[in-house]
Amino acid sequence: MVRRPSRRAYAAQWLLLLAVLAVAYLVVANATDNLSRRNLSFGFGFLADRANFDIPFHVISWTESDSYRRALLVSFVNTLLVSAMGIVAATGLGLLIGIMRLSVNWLIRNLALVYIEFVRNTPLLVQIIFWYFAVLQTLPPPRRSIVIPGGLLLNIRGLYVPSAVMADRASTLSLLSAAALVLTPLVWRLPLKGGRLGAKALLLPLAAVGLFAAGIEHIEFPTLTGFNITGGAQIPPELAALWAGLSIYFAAFIAEIVRSAIEAVPKGQHDAARALGLSTLAVLFLIVLPQAVRIMVPQLTSQYLNLIKSTTLGAAVAYPEIFQIFAGTVMNQAGKEVETIIIVMAIFLTVSLIFSAFMNWYNSRIALVER
Amino acid sequence: MERYVARALTCSALIAGMVGFAGAAWSQSEVKSPTLDAVKKRGEVICGVDTGIPGYAYQDASGKWQGLDVALCRAVAAATLGDPEKVKYIGTTSKVRFSVLQSGEIDLLVRDSELTLKRESALGLVEVTPNFYTGQTIMVRKSLNVAHVKDLNGATVCLLTGTTLETNIADYNRANNIKIGTLLFERPEEAFAAAEAGRCDGYTDDGGSVAAGRSAMKKPDDWIFLPEVLSRQPLGPHTRQGDDRWTDIVKWTHFAMLEAEELGITQANVDEMKKTSTDPQVKKFLGLEGDLGKGLGLDNDFAYKVVKAVGNYGEVYEATFGSKGLGLPRGLNNLYRNGGLMYPYSWY
Repeated sequence: MVRRPSRRAYAAQWLLLLAVLAVAYLVVANATDNLSRRNLSFGFGFLADRANFDIPFHVISWTESDSYRRALLVSFVNTLLVSAMGIVAATGLGLLIGIMRLSVNWLIRNLALVYIEFVRNTPLLVQIIFWYFAVLQTLPPPRRSIVIPGGLLLNIRGLYVPSAVMADRASTLSLLSAAALVLTPLVWRLPLKGGRLGAKALLLPLAAVGLFAAGIEHIEFPTLTGFNITGGAQIPPELAALWAGLSIYFAAFIAEIVRSAIEAVPKGQHDAARALGLSTLAVLFLIVLPQAVRIMVPQLTSQYLNLIKSTTLGAAVAYPEIFQIFAGTVMNQAGKEVETIIIVMAIFLTVSLIFSAFMNWYNSRIALVER
Repeated sequence: MERYVARALTCSALIAGMVGFAGAAWSQSEVKSPTLDAVKKRGEVICGVDTGIPGYAYQDASGKWQGLDVALCRAVAAATLGDPEKVKYIGTTSKVRFSVLQSGEIDLLVRDSELTLKRESALGLVEVTPNFYTGQTIMVRKSLNVAHVKDLNGATVCLLTGTTLETNIADYNRANNIKIGTLLFERPEEAFAAAEAGRCDGYTDDGGSVAAGRSAMKKPDDWIFLPEVLSRQPLGPHTRQGDDRWTDIVKWTHFAMLEAEELGITQANVDEMKKTSTDPQVKKFLGLEGDLGKGLGLDNDFAYKVVKAVGNYGEVYEATFGSKGLGLPRGLNNLYRNGGLMYPYSWY
């Protein structure tokens, strides 16, 4: 039997599988044994308990009497918010720096080089803490807020912007508004007299804005009362620092991806476009970048996944993301280490898998169709 | 061919190794005081302390650990190994401290941790005995002109995550129908800096830590303590459940420091007392008569070693929180006969 390679391969694979199963069994058995020896129980029932702590920044509503489950949701939304903001900003900045890196201008090219080398060779956590205290040290206290025209206030507690207070009828109107936005790209492609409906579909987003505005009862402006600013919406410095840290750090890596992808586009494409008389910008945006995007996407995916996972560093600067709130406060209050960590890991795994599935779909959509 | 055999052998050796390792880990728990045995074998006590809060545990300019909690670690090392230097300090954040103890990474946790019913029942830990009595205190800038906690409605305070402090603030809010916001940090350094910068209106923690925070500010005199105490905070060492003997050792090491103060024995006069004292209580305490230490599985003169190594509780307090340290009045931490709560169990 051992003489035939295929059999040997089979046997080796079975052995490996058995080894993996044995290790998994040991891990589970060891964990349950240790839990029971320390009089700890395993279960997710604690999620329904009253949380009884404050979450300083929340996008969806939160009160101290809500449950741990709600705390999980609130902190998860905070994580998603900073991830989305980080991905958008890091991509924009990375694209810019990557293009600058290839500039014919010596100064621009080397500025980009210095940026990349400086940023990607210092630890992300250090950068985030640096931004946090850099932000905090420069801004005035609430009572001496900087007034920005348009009703905005800026101080050490954050940027306060006017917010809309919605009327009762607003929920229906907002739904209609969202539906109009979703339908826009579909309507855009509707066939009309051999062509497409096209730009006429832009009436829909306009209608959406109108519908949304119709739901607003009044605009609330931030004002100073007592210690803090009340009214309006607050963008806290924790969010700003984490966002800046993540965006600037990952932009450096994305810039290198952009540069390598642009350089990987065959030079003939560039030369041919120039020969047709296209301007430098047109060559870049119409000919080179669309082809470079195909090369970038797989590498960008892993940078984006890294960025999402790195949002957990927000715990260091008091940004209430899932790791700080759920794997911190809730874990300590409920005494459920194993369960909370399992939940946090499962959430990050799910988000990462969904995100990479989306990126793979996008990748296959823009990939060259080969015959 | 040989390659495959060799691979299969390596593979099975690995599995056998893992099974053996797990088996060894399991069988270890059947020894009587596994922690003491492990400490003696290792020649070192592994003590979980603060990452750096003046008063409790911090490293001085020369990198040496100092503080009230550190003194207990040193005392336990002196009692068990005869040498207060044989301690390995693990700085733990408030978030991970109990997990680190549960997992067996440290022998004991002395990290200004509050003793609560929930922790003792739900975490599988033993709350040995309080070594510092305090209460949750809020410190604010003088310039805010705030005299009471209730006046802080609408304000934000900085604090550390993974503590009982958040819950206390939430309860206080609910009881008084006000809203004090909280901003949670992982480590005291960042929280102090944020309070200093004015991101929060105040800083809250147990009284000792707030005093430490004030000493870390650029101008400590700009900050005042509000008179109200939000909750009792009996702080003390924690050990794992299931090793009662080790818990006893930690408890009686702390009591040895109290008893020494009661008997008037100090680091400076302990040798003198050992030679000349005729008081039977002192003689028993220092291990010259009776077998008090042996009963704990230690040397009979363990209390002598403790006092020789760190001094009595009063001396330690003076050096850390008292007049030579943060300047916090002794208050509740005085011996009972001086109006405090420090009341050791009887020694004889």
